Amino acid sequence: MVKIHERKFVSADPEKCVGCQVCEYICSLTKEGAFNPLKSRIRVVRINQLINLAVTCRLCEDPPCVAACPRDALTQSEETGLIMVDEDKCNGCGWCIEACDYGAIMLHPEKKVVFVCDLCQEQGEPQCVKWCPEEALDLITSDVLAQKARITAVKKLFQEAMKVAPTT
Amino acid sequence: MHGYAGRILHIDLTTGKTHVEPLNEKYAKKYIGGIGLGIRLLLDNSKPGTDPFSPENPLILTTGPISGTMWPTGGNGHAFVSKSPQSFGVGESKSHGSFGTELKRAGYDAVIFEGKAEKLGYVWIDDDSVQLLDASHLMGKSPAETEDAIREDLGDYYIRVAAIGSAGEKLARIACIINDKTRAAGRTGMGAVMGSKNLKAVAVRGTRDITVAKPEEFMEFVKEFHERMKGPATQKYRTLGTPLNVLVHNSVACMPTRNYNNASFEGAEKVSGETMNERFVARIIGCSSCAMRCEHMCVVQEGPYKGTMTRMEYETLWAMGPYCGVDRLDAIMKGMDLCNYYGIDAIAAGVIAGFAMDCYENKILTEKELPGIDARFGNHEAMVQLVEKIGKREGVGNILAEGVKVAGEKIGKGAEKLAQHIKGVEVTGYDLRCLKTAALGFAVSFRGADHNRHGAYGFDVKGKVNRLIVEKGRGKMVKDMEDQYTIIDSLIVCKFSRGTYYKEFEDMAKLYSLVTGFDVTAEDMRRAGERINNVARLFNIREGLGRKDDTLPYKVMHLPVPDEGPSKGAYVTQKELDFLLDDYYGSRGWNKDGIPSIEKLKELNMDNLIHIVESKTGKAKKAEED
Repeated sequence: MVKIHERKFVSADPEKCVGCQVCEYICSLTKEGAFNPLKSRIRVVRINQLINLAVTCRLCEDPPCVAACPRDALTQSEETGLIMVDEDKCNGCGWCIEACDYGAIMLHPEKKVVFVCDLCQEQGEPQCVKWCPEEALDLITSDVLAQKARITAVKKLFQEAMKVAPTT
Repeated sequence: MHGYAGRILHIDLTTGKTHVEPLNEKYAKKYIGGIGLGIRLLLDNSKPGTDPFSPENPLILTTGPISGTMWPTGGNGHAFVSKSPQSFGVGESKSHGSFGTELKRAGYDAVIFEGKAEKLGYVWIDDDSVQLLDASHLMGKSPAETEDAIREDLGDYYIRVAAIGSAGEKLARIACIINDKTRAAGRTGMGAVMGSKNLKAVAVRGTRDITVAKPEEFMEFVKEFHERMKGPATQKYRTLGTPLNVLVHNSVACMPTRNYNNASFEGAEKVSGETMNERFVARIIGCSSCAMRCEHMCVVQEGPYKGTMTRMEYETLWAMGPYCGVDRLDAIMKGMDLCNYYGIDAIAAGVIAGFAMDCYENKILTEKELPGIDARFGNHEAMVQLVEKIGKREGVGNILAEGVKVAGEKIGKGAEKLAQHIKGVEVTGYDLRCLKTAALGFAVSFRGADHNRHGAYGFDVKGKVNRLIVEKGRGKMVKDMEDQYTIIDSLIVCKFSRGTYYKEFEDMAKLYSLVTGFDVTAEDMRRAGERINNVARLFNIREGLGRKDDTLPYKVMHLPVPDEGPSKGAYVTQKELDFLLDDYYGSRGWNKDGIPSIEKLKELNMDNLIHIVESKTGKAKKAEED
């Protein structure tokens, strides 16, 4: 018997994300009491106008940020998968930042220690998911993400097949 | 101070020196921010009669008190204000995106650019550090290319940039300032003023926290507006977008077509919002903090214009489409893309192309002036060629880039009458012959021909009044709308969200109070809106504009709508215009010359500007005595 993955993280649907940065504003307000994207745990990337995606920590199974930390300042919660930063141990060296493939862990502009998404533990639910006007953000497991992608792909294939079917 | 940064940055481009002055709190309350604060600062920081291209003409960049917060659509706005090289009165244009929010975080309510740089440069505002850097490597680059190059130079992807294209460098009077690649402060030639200062771009990085006075109530209000923005008030912008207007305007014959020769377009279906969304819209994206998103990004997938990508809105679509008789969306998109590339106001560019076609059809411009351009109405290739010539200031484009008014005068031979503008600013996509409330709004608009100073077309198009007649009361309707629109542009929130302010001034006052902590009523807000319209009028009066300039384009007053249907035969007579102006001036408390009365200025606590009125009315009296 295998165990279903239960770790949930915040993921943006590239089909729905419009790059409005509402997630950045609400994140910095929730965690830091001010509007400031530099203090947001989720950041939006817009490329060539057409590509818009909010990116945050994906709670990797074998997180490279934790492995990279020379001071053991980062640990991953067994239970939730969250990356936890020991602010006393962190000296802002940035190895974890370099190790993260997604740019999801960042150096705090004032505290000079790294910070990362904690799924709004205090609030009980990620505020970015709650506030996203496009409903582009989901708190989701990787298994469900895979299911969604699979269903989308099959639907697309089916559509293509339907277009061809009537004439041939 | 909450909401406001509390600081105004002065940059003298001649000497490279900068200084910061505190924001006068009284000004903040009286003129709010955005265009209101900008116009007041323009009045204070310029001398009467200054040439718009003189180093003495300041270019003023403002944010609003809401900028930098997560207020939906309000977080992201900025405005440019200066003396317009088109109208020689107030020039102002706003834009959204991510630039305004960044500038607020850098800690400025306004930046005043003075003087002229020795050679092409750009200003890099990195919080408190302000530098004038060399831009010779950016010469001739488009605003989007400039943005990418500056981000690369300075090594930060999140730097926000507002830049001019080559048209601005070459002082084309219709040049605009573009930020975030597809967002333009388009109207009244602000890009030309920027070019006259040898200022290629403004790059900003801001790292300050933005807080509001009453965070909990503010967030409750944000939540409520997020809900409102999902409702009917914004549906048009979220679905088909403003190009929905094409078929609406066409159905009531109020869409100027072929340089105002018609009021409806037989090719409307082909260039409708419906067709655009079905065939070209690749993605709808949003500005920073927006909860309704409207920006319809179009991609041309095939044909001669394959690979074109641009944002598309009604006005620009109309200008390069129906106004030129062009019924191909892919060509219109190409034209739009070229406007973004060279950095020109796409409304103006389309209107000028339509004008040039009319000149060609009337043999005022010929093969000689237009080599290789078969500038018949409806020729999409000619439209694209003309826009390109204007952008490059090449051949006849050199004259056309001066704007339709100047071009008409320079070309002569009756071309003046084919140039459709008000105060030198090109018309927009509402046929004023058959929208007579709008006609008044356009005539009195302090920045020249424009729908965005009043939105008075709404009464006409929606049938709330008989659009074909003039009557008492239209003046007050226009005034009330103007007062609201100046507040929208001073806070700065997006005009597309105006319908979500169900209680109008009351909602705006609540928003302003929650952000700033000032206790402001709906009536205070209304008065601020009225005050801003008066200060803009005073600037125009000071610069010599007056009743004579509150007029309508030649064809609106001389060429009745020929199209069969509901608008047939409509036009505006001088008598009707005078009636409308008297009614409007009366409702504003202005005299018959359109000069604000001293009582009105006192009522609005503008006593220190009475001298402008006195100098003009004094002169008027003296002239009468002579």
